Amino acid sequence: MPLIVVLFIGVGIVRKVGVFDAFLQGAKEGLHTAYLIAPTLVGLITAVSMLKASGAIDMLTELISPVAQRMGFPAEIVPVALLRPISGGGSTALLVDILERLGPDSFAGRIVSVMAGSTETTFYAIAVYYGSVGIKKSRHTLLAGLCADFTAVVFSVLTVRLFMD
Amino acid sequence: MMNYIWAGMIFLSLVFSLFTGNTQEVSQSLISGAGEAVELLLSILGVLCFWSGIMEIAKRAKITDMLAKIFAPVLSPLFPCVDKSSEAMHCISLNISANLLGLGNAATPFGLQAMKELQKLNPIRDRASDSQVVFVVMNTASLQLLPTTLCAYRASFGSEKPFEVIPCVWLSSAVALLVGITVAKVLCTDERKKG
Repeated sequence: MPLIVVLFIGVGIVRKVGVFDAFLQGAKEGLHTAYLIAPTLVGLITAVSMLKASGAIDMLTELISPVAQRMGFPAEIVPVALLRPISGGGSTALLVDILERLGPDSFAGRIVSVMAGSTETTFYAIAVYYGSVGIKKSRHTLLAGLCADFTAVVFSVLTVRLFMD
Repeated sequence: MMNYIWAGMIFLSLVFSLFTGNTQEVSQSLISGAGEAVELLLSILGVLCFWSGIMEIAKRAKITDMLAKIFAPVLSPLFPCVDKSSEAMHCISLNISANLLGLGNAATPFGLQAMKELQKLNPIRDRASDSQVVFVVMNTASLQLLPTTLCAYRASFGSEKPFEVIPCVWLSSAVALLVGITVAKVLCTDERKKG
């Protein structure tokens, strides 16, 4: 990462750019962006932590687990898959828990690893990106994002089964 | 959309807490959750400022120009409404490069900048344009070439081969990205209306 910073600044110097002036200008815009996304973050993260605290996700996990198991998905991965789109911190905590309890080289450990590597926190990205420019109608973004997430979950199980088991 | 989801989440947590008896926890989380959000914001604030500054240097030094040319063959068909040499395309290219390199912290400020540029081309202020939908969907999928944080976690819990999951990660993220973009593109109706 520092290499890229040095490279960019180096090219800037060579091309006679006022690098510090440019940096300050950009950093100021960054600060403004943070100001624009703050309300979105507070609203969304509070709602997600309320949902987690209410036990709704645990209950949903209990409902889905038997179905998932019948389809060859280990039960342990269900809460990770459910939490991943809405909470980065929450799903990472679950990932770490599974790696610790079952081991990173176990079947479930490998699946959650692949899942964590191939998905992003969809809700967070949508809320922050649209929130920053004041867009209220996100149209089919969420649908497309969740389709991608679902595909990633299915494929993490499939690929681990096919190539690593 | 967000109105219903947000209200739904809060409403559901209240209803569920009555069933599960977690009412105390829910009211606690209302306070701690808001605090968490501010902590998260503060933790990314420095990085956001720093990388936005670096991005401005990259723009003025015409580095983003170069990246945009490299990614043009892939990006032009995805964003037919965005001019190849426009500021928006430069920002998108920089965001994608940062994502591929696994610089998640840098990718977000670049992505937010790209949204700002795309918003300038958006005719309806409060409604996402086709390009914005595709761009956000790309950012909800994972584009990382080397998932370093993940491998570090695996190594720290004693994995024999922390990197062995990478081919599976590539395959599932590639397919997921493809599905996401396909859904986004198929349901994008604005461009066709214009054409």
